[in-house]
Amino acid sequence: MKGYLIPLAVFIVLVILLAAGLKNDPKYIPSPFIGKPAPDFELPLLHQPQQQLKKADLMGQVWLLNVWASWCVSCRAEHEVVKRLVGMNIAPVYGLNYKDNPDDAKGWLNALGNPYKASLMDIKGDVGIDWGVYGVPETFVMDKKGIVRYKQVGPLTNAIVDEKILPLLKTLNAEVN
Amino acid sequence: MSLKIFLMPLVLLLSMVSLSSQATIDAYQFDDPEKEALYKKLVKELRCTVCQNQDIGDSNSGLAQDLRRKTYEMISAGKDEDYVLDYMSDRYGDFVLYRPRLQTNTILLWVGPFIILIVAVFFLLKFIRRSEEEAPLSEADRAAAEQLLERDE
Repeated sequence: MKGYLIPLAVFIVLVILLAAGLKNDPKYIPSPFIGKPAPDFELPLLHQPQQQLKKADLMGQVWLLNVWASWCVSCRAEHEVVKRLVGMNIAPVYGLNYKDNPDDAKGWLNALGNPYKASLMDIKGDVGIDWGVYGVPETFVMDKKGIVRYKQVGPLTNAIVDEKILPLLKTLNAEVN
Repeated sequence: MSLKIFLMPLVLLLSMVSLSSQATIDAYQFDDPEKEALYKKLVKELRCTVCQNQDIGDSNSGLAQDLRRKTYEMISAGKDEDYVLDYMSDRYGDFVLYRPRLQTNTILLWVGPFIILIVAVFFLLKFIRRSEEEAPLSEADRAAAEQLLERDE
């Protein structure tokens, strides 16, 4: 009888490990940016291409960067959530218009509404690479010191905003400069 | 009926297959065969984050194309292997490296198999020693066993 106990124990441990493995989302890749300074960028604005915006301009405030594109289907569904978040007036959301055609992007915002403080044009996708973007839409939350505190890969949902983003924004807003 | 009529479509089909599989290769020119070799090595070692289980050399996704372009640009500018791998893992995490580096959070990955091997060998030796130590059959038992075997025949 005792001889069966060890294989049984090994089997149970294996089942538990495999069950835990099934619950892992293989699409989720931990971002190396959390807790580190946001990558530098300097990009023209979608609506005023002669004007540039860089990371230093945004220091001293809590802000969000939402990576979007007019060709991205799930951005469409996410857009309503972004509008709701911006409507709460807690922190500004900047858009990173990723590998898009500027005219398509402007048309998309005209049709769906433009909640962004400004959208940056990343036509070649180089800034996207610097930010480690791999699945549009993505959303980053930066604190007052310009440190990345949260990253969402894939569309924001009302649940994610209410349970994760809003509490985080409140804590970050309360932090001293 | 000649065999040609049957073979022609097959040949055509095969030529199309080989054409389409070559479509993922970008026409990057290198001034140095060493750089080209490094590029070919690196695109096999970097994992595409969009289409997981493909390296960026194999994938046709937009991101893989961009990362190949970045790799090409860095190598043509004379950057070495470590520079490119650091660049990619700084942005996409250790996940993009098909060959994980030896660092504190991957030590178990590298050493684990050897630990398992040592444990397995330990138990195997113990098992062998124990079966050797088992007392040999007594004369009476051997006679009984032989009798049983003979009866079977």
